[in-house]
Amino acid sequence: MTSGEMTPDAIRKLAIDALSDIAPDTDPATLRGDEDIREALDIDSMDFLNFVTALHKKTGVAIPEEDYPRLFTLDGVANYLGGK
Amino acid sequence: MSDFAMPSLGADMESGTVVEWLVKPGAQVHKGDVIAVVETHKGAIEVEIFDEGVIEELLVAEGEEVPVGAVLARLTKAGEAGTPEVRAVEEVHPEPEPEPEREPEPSPEPFRPAPSERAKVSPAARRRAAERGIDADRLRGTGIDGSVTLADVEAASPGAASEEPRPRATKVKRGFDPVQMRKGIAAAMSRSKREIPHYYLTTTIDMSVAQVWLREYNAARDPDERLLPAVLTLRAAALALKEVPQLNGFWQEDAFAPSEAIHIGWAISLRGGGLIAPAIRDVDKLSIADLMRALKDVVARARSGGLRSSEMTDATFTITSLGERSAESVGGIIYPPQVGILGLGSIVERPWVIDGAVVPRPLATASLAADHRASDGHVGGQFLSTFARLMQEPPKP
Repeated sequence: MTSGEMTPDAIRKLAIDALSDIAPDTDPATLRGDEDIREALDIDSMDFLNFVTALHKKTGVAIPEEDYPRLFTLDGVANYLGGK
Repeated sequence: MSDFAMPSLGADMESGTVVEWLVKPGAQVHKGDVIAVVETHKGAIEVEIFDEGVIEELLVAEGEEVPVGAVLARLTKAGEAGTPEVRAVEEVHPEPEPEPEREPEPSPEPFRPAPSERAKVSPAARRRAAERGIDADRLRGTGIDGSVTLADVEAASPGAASEEPRPRATKVKRGFDPVQMRKGIAAAMSRSKREIPHYYLTTTIDMSVAQVWLREYNAARDPDERLLPAVLTLRAAALALKEVPQLNGFWQEDAFAPSEAIHIGWAISLRGGGLIAPAIRDVDKLSIADLMRALKDVVARARSGGLRSSEMTDATFTITSLGERSAESVGGIIYPPQVGILGLGSIVERPWVIDGAVVPRPLATASLAADHRASDGHVGGQFLSTFARLMQEPPKP
């Protein structure tokens, strides 16, 4: 299954699980769709790289660096991966 | 016979609790083996042994807190006429002896991820596993560094369909005690400001060459092989320390003791408040890809527990990098007995003059705080300008 065939909810769950692994002492399930993940969970560049790595491994989407800003919110992640 | 004592894992540690023994009496141990896990204000640290021999007896029970220097175990050194089979277990050693300050390990070794007796399990995965009655340590990890992740636990769950209502995440205990860590930072930083006459220098670095180099390097690679700007900072600092060795080492007994090896402490802020600067060993000898692996490894272990005792004591210099979305510059406080700390501010786009024209450029402010007992501003300036030059000369791909 490509990520484009996943429902937005499934992508959202995938992203939340990845964030739970990266920032285990936070509660990503409470993130609003339009909230900046980095600000809300105090994610630094290493955490964010690990987040992108996890999304890449689970979906196979390449996610070039110039697309990183599209992954700053859960809505953005769902739109970006849902369109691939 | 020799004693294995509770090590001092930094200027700010007074005691530690043995939470787990990883060896039993009779076990053969080698230099560098992790033999115990000790809980300190910096979290759970894997303590290595620096002798070779056979463990005779363990003198401290799991769960017991003892001061730095207390004897934890006795061992028969290699070559001694040890008789581990008939060891005298009735012998008691109530008198802890202070351990002389251990010299940093001089022998350079190539980077290898710290081996661990136990499976690496992310705290979230461990929690989910506990909820489901699964032993997380027995799962095969598919995480970034081979650690067991939430997904692995999900996959191992009976009836592991994703439709199952997911228990809401709760706050879990961090690997360190924030109150104790605060006390540790307070003690070390107070000592630094009390004893070390700091001097400060700053310079501004045009980061455009480094940024373009990184963009091109990363464009051709999958996310798990991409680099962060931090590795260029580490590399440039290590090479600058080679050229200006007066800042690499320790202030000991009223004199500067230079270090041959370049082990750089990388300051890592811990979510929820806390700071730790474990050493990345032999930074000057690592390839850029190995340096990134070493950085990832040490950051992951700083956050999830599992730093090794040598990483807490070996750093010969420290870097504090503020990262994205932070301040433009930082004046660091030296971690004693080191004699210098390099600080990097966030990269910001600002006007810059090139060939008489004002152009927008990504700029970073680099600062050096150094111990005036060990060096003078002239040396610090040489280091900072060398660092600035090297930052603009990224490695050949």
